[in-house]
Amino acid sequence: MTNEFEPKIVAFVCNWCTYAGADLTGTSRIKYSPNVKIIRFPCTGRIDFMLLLKAFSNGADGVIVSGCHPNDCHYTSGNFHARRRWITFRVLLDFMGIDINRIVFAWVSAAEGAKWAEVVNSTVNKIKELGPYENYREIINEVWEEEKWEI
Amino acid sequence: MGGRKMGNLNEIAAHLLQNDDVQLIIGYGEGSAGRVRPLFVSNKKATEKLLFDSRCTQNLASYLYKKEITCLGKPAIVANIRTLRGIIRLAAEHQLEDETIIALAVSTGDDVKELRRLEDMEQYLSEADLQLKKEDKALLDKLNAMTIADRWAFWQQEMAHCIKCYACRQACPLCYCTQCTVEINQPQWIPVASSKLGNMEWHIMRSMHLAGRCIECGQCGEACPANIPIHLLPIRLAEEIRELYGSVTGISKRESCEMSSFQPDDKEKFIT
Repeated sequence: MTNEFEPKIVAFVCNWCTYAGADLTGTSRIKYSPNVKIIRFPCTGRIDFMLLLKAFSNGADGVIVSGCHPNDCHYTSGNFHARRRWITFRVLLDFMGIDINRIVFAWVSAAEGAKWAEVVNSTVNKIKELGPYENYREIINEVWEEEKWEI
Repeated sequence: MGGRKMGNLNEIAAHLLQNDDVQLIIGYGEGSAGRVRPLFVSNKKATEKLLFDSRCTQNLASYLYKKEITCLGKPAIVANIRTLRGIIRLAAEHQLEDETIIALAVSTGDDVKELRRLEDMEQYLSEADLQLKKEDKALLDKLNAMTIADRWAFWQQEMAHCIKCYACRQACPLCYCTQCTVEINQPQWIPVASSKLGNMEWHIMRSMHLAGRCIECGQCGEACPANIPIHLLPIRLAEEIRELYGSVTGISKRESCEMSSFQPDDKEKFIT
């Protein structure tokens, strides 16, 4: 056991491309970091920004969002809608002072097993450098102080 | 011009009620402590109480779809620029039908234009000044120039005062969902009590749900009892969306929502 910080990373992936791609990573025997917990969605269009907030409020240090490349969406346009949503969401988070480097977006197709491993590994390295998300942990574990209630 | 009449606010309101053109006037009346309050008039005599001056900044469009108001009959609404933009946006989102309301567009009390169709309102708005308030623009620029750590500190400090009263939601003409995500408890998306985490998540959610729809009236910020400049969050998104996709909201009944549309070649630099 080492004391090195092991980030918790949640990956929201689409069923048709990235989930199959991650499967390919495994069947191709490519090793990648075990810090990631994959959650499968029907489509990137289904990945509500609230789910990302939930991941952070449950103690995630980083989040990966990944799905089909543009024009490859199983439902034709889910990823296009998702892309606009993320463009806007990042602007809002940045404006509120939330570190957008902790959310990684990628297009990983079902044939890109190697790319999935690379996305996960690079994200884990990036989050290791950034360290635990102290700002967020502070507000999650808010302590109720009596002084707070002074009028 | 077609459908436009000009004259005194009280006279026009009384006339509309007398002719049974409308059954209700939504406007402003004298309130307590030198403030104005929304006034709902369905009796011709009470139209004397209607007033309009520089204190009348509230966006009254948020009353148009409330059940307790709609049951009172067809309304005429005293409309400043932000109310008009609210009406147009509601129509664009199919929440209002054309010719179901009459807008009494006001700039000062003695110059009232009666706008019966959405087209007339669009025309009126095309000549109006849609700029942000100077102090909002200044604070927005100041925040944009800050470092990310400073912005975090700023918002954490501001949102510590949030009491989760949802006045921002109630005041917003575009928050018309009959059931809001914060009223759902399975799953409990956002903690109910006022807490650092829940306050922040609530304001993120509210702003995201207004992305591409916000008419930048700033009503949420004005309604906030804790004086948090929360209106800057949806306004920041509106600013970005205007830059990226060139869309201005609340000016045309045919405008779309940028969040429910897309271009195959939307530009971004962050997806690997």
